[in-house]
Amino acid sequence: MTDLAHIRNFSIVAHIDHGKSTLADRLIQLTGTVAERDMQEQLLDSMDIERERGITIKANTVRIEYPAQDGQTYVLNLIDTPGHVDFAYEVARSMHAVEGSLLVVDATQGVEAQTLANVYTAIDADHEIVPVLNKVDLPAAEPDRVKEQIEDVIGIDSQDACLISAKTGVGIPDVLEAIVKRLPAPSEGDRNKPLKAMLVDSKYDQYLGVICIVRIIDGVLKKGDRIRMMKTGGTYDVDDVGVYRPAMTNVKELGPGEIGYLNASIKQVRDTRVGDTITHEKKQCETPLPGFKPSVPVVFCGLFPVDANDFEDMRDAIEKLALNDASFTFEMETSAALGFGFRCGFLGLLHLEVIRDRLEREYGIELITTAPSVIYHLYTKDGERRDLHNPADMPDMSTVDHIEEPRIKATIMVPDEYLGDVLKLCQERRGLQLDLTYVGGRAMTVYDLPLNEVVFDFYDRLKSVTKGYASFDYEMIGYREDNLVKMSILVNDEPVDALAMMVHRERAEMRGRAMCEKLKELIPRHMFKIPIQAAIGGKVIARETLSAMRKDVTAKCYGGDASRKKKLLEKQKAGKKKMRQFGKVEIPQEAFISALKMDS
Amino acid sequence: MAETWRDGGFGLYVHWPFCEAKCPYCDFNSHVVSHVDQTRWAAALVSELVRYGRQTEGRVLRSIYFGGGTPSLMAPETVRAVLDASRDHWAWANDIEITLEANPRSVEINKFEGFAMAGVNRVSLGVQALRPDDLRRLGRLHDVDDAVGALDIAKSTFNRVNFDLIYGRQGQSLTDWEVELREALDLAADHLSLYQLTIEEGTAFWDRAQAGKLRDLPSEDLGADLYLATQEICEAAGKPAYEVSNHAGPGDESRHNLVYWRGGDYVGIGPGAHGRVTVNGQRSATVARRAPGDWIKAAEAGSGDLEIERLATQDVWAEYLMMGLRLSEGLDLDRAREIDPARAEALNLDPLVDLGLIWRAEGRFGATQQGRLLLNTLTAELL
Ligand SMILES: Nc1nc2c(ncn2[C@@H]2O[C@H](COP(=O)(O)OP(=O)(O)O)[C@@H](O)[C@H]2O)c(=O)[nH]1
Ligand SMILES: C[S@@+](CC[C@H](N)C(=O)[O-])C[C@H]1O[C@@H](n2cnc3c(N)ncnc32)[C@H](O)[C@@H]1O
Ligand code: SF4
Ligand SMILES: [Mg+2]
Repeated sequence: MTDLAHIRNFSIVAHIDHGKSTLADRLIQLTGTVAERDMQEQLLDSMDIERERGITIKANTVRIEYPAQDGQTYVLNLIDTPGHVDFAYEVARSMHAVEGSLLVVDATQGVEAQTLANVYTAIDADHEIVPVLNKVDLPAAEPDRVKEQIEDVIGIDSQDACLISAKTGVGIPDVLEAIVKRLPAPSEGDRNKPLKAMLVDSKYDQYLGVICIVRIIDGVLKKGDRIRMMKTGGTYDVDDVGVYRPAMTNVKELGPGEIGYLNASIKQVRDTRVGDTITHEKKQCETPLPGFKPSVPVVFCGLFPVDANDFEDMRDAIEKLALNDASFTFEMETSAALGFGFRCGFLGLLHLEVIRDRLEREYGIELITTAPSVIYHLYTKDGERRDLHNPADMPDMSTVDHIEEPRIKATIMVPDEYLGDVLKLCQERRGLQLDLTYVGGRAMTVYDLPLNEVVFDFYDRLKSVTKGYASFDYEMIGYREDNLVKMSILVNDEPVDALAMMVHRERAEMRGRAMCEKLKELIPRHMFKIPIQAAIGGKVIARETLSAMRKDVTAKCYGGDASRKKKLLEKQKAGKKKMRQFGKVEIPQEAFISALKMDS
Repeated sequence: MAETWRDGGFGLYVHWPFCEAKCPYCDFNSHVVSHVDQTRWAAALVSELVRYGRQTEGRVLRSIYFGGGTPSLMAPETVRAVLDASRDHWAWANDIEITLEANPRSVEINKFEGFAMAGVNRVSLGVQALRPDDLRRLGRLHDVDDAVGALDIAKSTFNRVNFDLIYGRQGQSLTDWEVELREALDLAADHLSLYQLTIEEGTAFWDRAQAGKLRDLPSEDLGADLYLATQEICEAAGKPAYEVSNHAGPGDESRHNLVYWRGGDYVGIGPGAHGRVTVNGQRSATVARRAPGDWIKAAEAGSGDLEIERLATQDVWAEYLMMGLRLSEGLDLDRAREIDPARAEALNLDPLVDLGLIWRAEGRFGATQQGRLLLNTLTAELL
């Protein structure tokens, strides 16, 4: 147990690739928290997928003991939060568990959209902020310009920013000193009061069950305690308490101001609520923490096994993933085209991709992903509201009075020379410009955009038109009515439910044409010609024809060729397994997602 | 399925794996060597023949085919040794067809008489093209005059003569081919094999094509047009296609190749040779060692075979379908049922008949001309 004055709790705020993980590694290394031989890169990113993509999905924490220049030893608790927009809400919650932040900015790049979004979250959480300019080892580093930018754009004093290279280790001792000297100790906390702890995050461990990351406000948490989650009402016996160094290390107790974990034989992450207040069953605290709204999925898509026989395995896999992720929703779905699968809800596209990747990689299930969709609000003629998660469920338009769609506020930062392309892209996606400002060679523009235009390939397009120089962040701002219709796609005169989508009426022809052209490329030629059409209601708005295959015949086939040709035919047949049959037409699995990508 | 091979007959294939030069398009098992010990090879081929003869004693042999490589490089004595041995185990059909593939070069032409004396009654000449530039590009060692001369001598030496042409060559237009094909028909005897150039993996053409240096190959559309024109011209000249690439009037078809396409049994001997032999109701696929040096040592030690695979019903079915669909006469539904009643029952021809790709009549079915152009996809669909 450490007294409050010797505790510093902090997080690191950074745009992706500005060096958050590398800095965390250095802090851990320099303080000898991990033996040199156990050191590996990106220590805190524990899941493979996190390590590979350089993203953190769950909050992680590490406890560092630091003997400061004043001769005293401090306990530094770092909470590493997810850095991606999909998880902005999770970031906000974790920030409430600490008192300060290191603002890491790549000195060669300057402030980016995620820097802004995350630093504002930190400011909202009343954090003390220490600016850290990273990568000063690079010749392209411009610490003075970036300092100025931080003051201009974010409005925090950066005169005393630490200049470091997380890569070479230059300046790391200064960062440690700044954490101790400039970040506040936890302001209150009384070990004699009833237990009051914040559930920061919970994750599933296949051996230990659910592990909760907790921040103690008041009281003391020990092994053997009977605790109550004040919001969910669950009561549990604590099997273990401990801290991450970053390996899990049991401790006797966690006291005020400390961050650590508890393990209490909780079965699933869904049984816990992030932000909940943990107290003792016997001696409860009076006022719980304000708590947080649970995050809700905003993007939906159908996931179907390529091989229908994998459905049961897929169900198991999805249930296992859901154990660890309360924000991901799923329910069974049947598609005329794709058979049995699941309609799944995600916090955003990255979240979708992460879940899909894990199903494919960790569980070995090949998937067909249908067009991502947002939740539309349908108002019926008799004044009721229905939520539409799947365009295939769209009722007859004559019963619908109007439709509202979710909108976002998107902040995009981009070098001047690409601004024109970015504005064009936003305009094409039905965006309304809210703001446009310039800061030192970079433009910052804010748009009000329909989420459904962003959900699919906006980010990819943005990256490609700006050669990767743009940064992007968004927040939901509510629902608004627009002229939306359901567009169906007919292949060989049969509607393919998995390709149906909601579009703006004025953009329907364009999207329809693009879809038909794309499908014409994606569907292999058949032995007959195939009309591909886009339609609204009964009206065809775009059409392409995939011509019939003309020649596919082996010239020579004698006694010696029979075996070889048989093998070829078997291969051809195996290839067909990757296709889905619609009437007489076979559509390759990747077509469902590729057809939606727009090149312009 | 038992003994349905009988409907296809029984043949012997002999592979001679040597050539004077390797053609850049060719992926046959052919090798260029400076010297071949004909006596040693004759003995090895005969010992392989004997091995198979014992398993199939007394069958009626409908045809023998010397293929390659370039079998016209065999000594007539080597050919004779194999033919003689075959008579010890099998009964020759009265009208047995004995074909030998020959390259149209003078060295080989000079041996025609000897081959005929040994028993060969049909030759198949690798003419490939009637245009000097194309012959050069195909890497052939003969010119157009050699080919025409060889044809003349072949026609006067053998009852039946085929020649091969490769079309769909680089830069060949539809009209170019139509003119050349008519010339070929004027020169033709009773049979023509007309192959569209295939760029086979592992050949020099393949490598060149991969490197983007094999220019002006026909598009799929031109390929289809070339094929259709070929059908029309040959039919008008009385040599309709009885198989995808083979043309002859009724009765002049290659009996040997019909054994393959009709799902008959055949013994295959020589390096890389394949066979299909049904013994006691079990059909097996045999494959001999491919490299000539390996093969001959193995043959001398008792067996040149690399593997013998016992075919399951579904393999026999697949092969019957795959091969039979190549023929204009199509397949026999009763025989299909005999081979695999369940699959025959499940065969769903109607949609393909509706699309005009399959015909069905009098207990038989087959690919229409349109279907034949798409035969690989069509076959995959039916399997
Ligand atoms: N040259 C240089 N590269 C750095 C430095 N810090 C991080 N990097 C590199 O920048 C990339 C992104 O770093 P990472 O820590 O993963 O960034 P994160 O996305 O913010 O966690 C990696 O390739 C690091 O090796 C630095 O100080 N100097
Ligand atoms: C074994 S080869 C002929 C034997 C003989 N050595 C010759 O070249 O004349 C059989 C025939 O297959 C044809 N052929 C070989 N490779 C081919 C290819 N890649 N494309 C089309 N036809 C081919 C040629 O017409 C050739 O005559
Ligand atoms: S085409 Fe004939 S001559 Fe040329 S390599 Fe092949 S087998 Fe030998
Ligand atoms: Mg990272």
